[in-house]
Amino acid sequence: MTVVGYLVNAISLGALYALIAVSVGLVFGVLRQINLAQGEVITFGAYSLWLMRSLPTWLAIVLCFAVCIAASLLLQVAVFRPLRGASALTTLVATFGVSYGLEALWLIIFGPSGNTVSMLTSLNNTVVGGAVALRWITLVEIGAAVVLLGGLLLLLFRTSLGMRMRAVAEDLRAARLVGVRIGQVVTWAFVLSGASAAVVAVLATVQTPLVTPTFGLNLIIFALVGVVLGGLDHLGRATAGGFIVGFVNSLLGSILPEQELVFVTSLTFLFVVVVLVVRPAGLLAPRGADVERV
Amino acid sequence: MTRSTLRLAAELLGPLAVVGLVALVAAHLSTSDQTDAINVLVIATIVIGLYVFIGNSGVISFGQISFAAVGAFAAGIYTTPVTTRQTTMPHLFGILARPVLTNVESILLAAGLGALFALLVGLALMRLSGLAAGIATFAVLEITYNILANWDKIGPGPTTLASVPVTTGVGQATVGCAAAVVIAFVYQRSRSSRLLRASRADALAARGIGVSIVRHRLGAFVLSGAICGLAGALYVHALGSINVTEVYLTLTFSTLAMLVVGGSQSLWGATLGGIVLGILSSFLTNAENGTTVFGLSFTLPNGLNSIIFAVLFVGALMLFPRGLTRNREFLAKWLGERPSRSGAALSGPEGPGGVVPAAAGHDGGPETAARSRATTAAEPKP
Repeated sequence: MTVVGYLVNAISLGALYALIAVSVGLVFGVLRQINLAQGEVITFGAYSLWLMRSLPTWLAIVLCFAVCIAASLLLQVAVFRPLRGASALTTLVATFGVSYGLEALWLIIFGPSGNTVSMLTSLNNTVVGGAVALRWITLVEIGAAVVLLGGLLLLLFRTSLGMRMRAVAEDLRAARLVGVRIGQVVTWAFVLSGASAAVVAVLATVQTPLVTPTFGLNLIIFALVGVVLGGLDHLGRATAGGFIVGFVNSLLGSILPEQELVFVTSLTFLFVVVVLVVRPAGLLAPRGADVERV
Repeated sequence: MTRSTLRLAAELLGPLAVVGLVALVAAHLSTSDQTDAINVLVIATIVIGLYVFIGNSGVISFGQISFAAVGAFAAGIYTTPVTTRQTTMPHLFGILARPVLTNVESILLAAGLGALFALLVGLALMRLSGLAAGIATFAVLEITYNILANWDKIGPGPTTLASVPVTTGVGQATVGCAAAVVIAFVYQRSRSSRLLRASRADALAARGIGVSIVRHRLGAFVLSGAICGLAGALYVHALGSINVTEVYLTLTFSTLAMLVVGGSQSLWGATLGGIVLGILSSFLTNAENGTTVFGLSFTLPNGLNSIIFAVLFVGALMLFPRGLTRNREFLAKWLGERPSRSGAALSGPEGPGGVVPAAAGHDGGPETAARSRATTAAEPKP
């Protein structure tokens, strides 16, 4: 049971990171730009759940979706649109700045000690007790990820919108030439990205109810590591990368002794550096896909 | 004197004059305000260090604060009395436990260690550009922070290293900052820097004429590491204490913001950005703890400093990506320098490079079109 417990917990953290990777990857797919501020959309969603703690749970969750989608669209209008045509690096740095500023804003509004969201607490009850407890939320996370990723696949490969999104991801110029409305596709990418951020906000607050100003940042950094490892250029690989990082981190967390646990961060980032140097297109990218370097 | 000589003189003397002005004002301030002025000079030194690499190469680095951190802790530990070290950091490696260095020795050591660390990192990373460079150097910062914060054999770990001798006054901070200006100036007149700037403007063309981009980038990276290490030593000796959280994300972000707002591709921009925004930052930090201006006393909420910096930074990236100085050296406009056409704050027209092919702008002008053509040529589709 212990081993199964470890594995299931690892799968659920992997699923959570995969969802974050999707929300970064959707925007990256169409714009070729990384949105570091996506973490703040998650934080905002989590705080909104706290603000609406007196409302019925279903309503709070619906509003959380609305808040995250609105925040995501606001980012598009206020940050990405003025920076269109700028290099991917400029946007990365700018969204880093936005993220930094918003964190300070959360600090001023909500204080440094964090706010506890006590929503859907019954999901934290254990399904199976024992050495490694298995909680309902773990299963919900896995279920949500499977459903959402499946839905996304259907959307991308079975609908007209999905086809247009893939066309833009493949070649923006050519897509425009054949009449795809780029602005519309980009807006949809931000809407979907905001919606997946909302899912993450709900799941993550149930799992760790204490929402602090760095709530989303801590999630996004590791998910981003996964995205880079998997390969930024491809939504499927990016998602798989996110999953692997969550999975491995969770396993290491349960296996390693306390003193060495603190250095897992270093190992993770060292791994990132090695991958970027050796296989800059990502570990999961096919051979020969390596991009030009200096 | 010919115009080019005048321009050269202005290029060096402009930044030096600003540093001197801060020193002159600081000499007449009260002790507590003097501490702020010293801090401004130290931060400006770091910004100049960032400029040496980012400005000349057009490649982003989030990792330079790691070099400042290593410099700060090395200088701090080696100037702390041996007995204090034994009680506050009992697990230190033997090599760190013993010799006590003087102030100047520790500063030189910090600069050397900064350069050495930068060399090791740079050997691995200098082939990367654009997004890949951004993420990899960010990883370096995270690793350095993680190790410094948790490994008590090389330093105080998560606790604050206190009781470091406070030996950096206005004089030493001024000399340190001026030295950084002079080093950056001498470097940017050198052949290596010109070749590096050529690669910033057009990596393909530079490589075509035989420029070894990696080698010149590495040179700039190591020099930048040395300046950052030196600034780290000044930092710890000015405050008398250091905690690893002080040399992490906040400092990385604020110094980068100063560089971009000032103008990341000129020494004048780096110096001015560092000093002006440094003064703003120390004013805001004081105001967060309560301050009095013209008899009006008030307290700003904790964190406003960060928000204002974020707004300035993102606003600068959007509205004036060439910074306050438009990437020009001091007086260059009046002394007949032809305006530079390249402009983006961070990456050169080489584009994002690295992992990602160039972003095809939504309303790509001729420049963007040319750029993405160049990138397409460089990156054969798999």
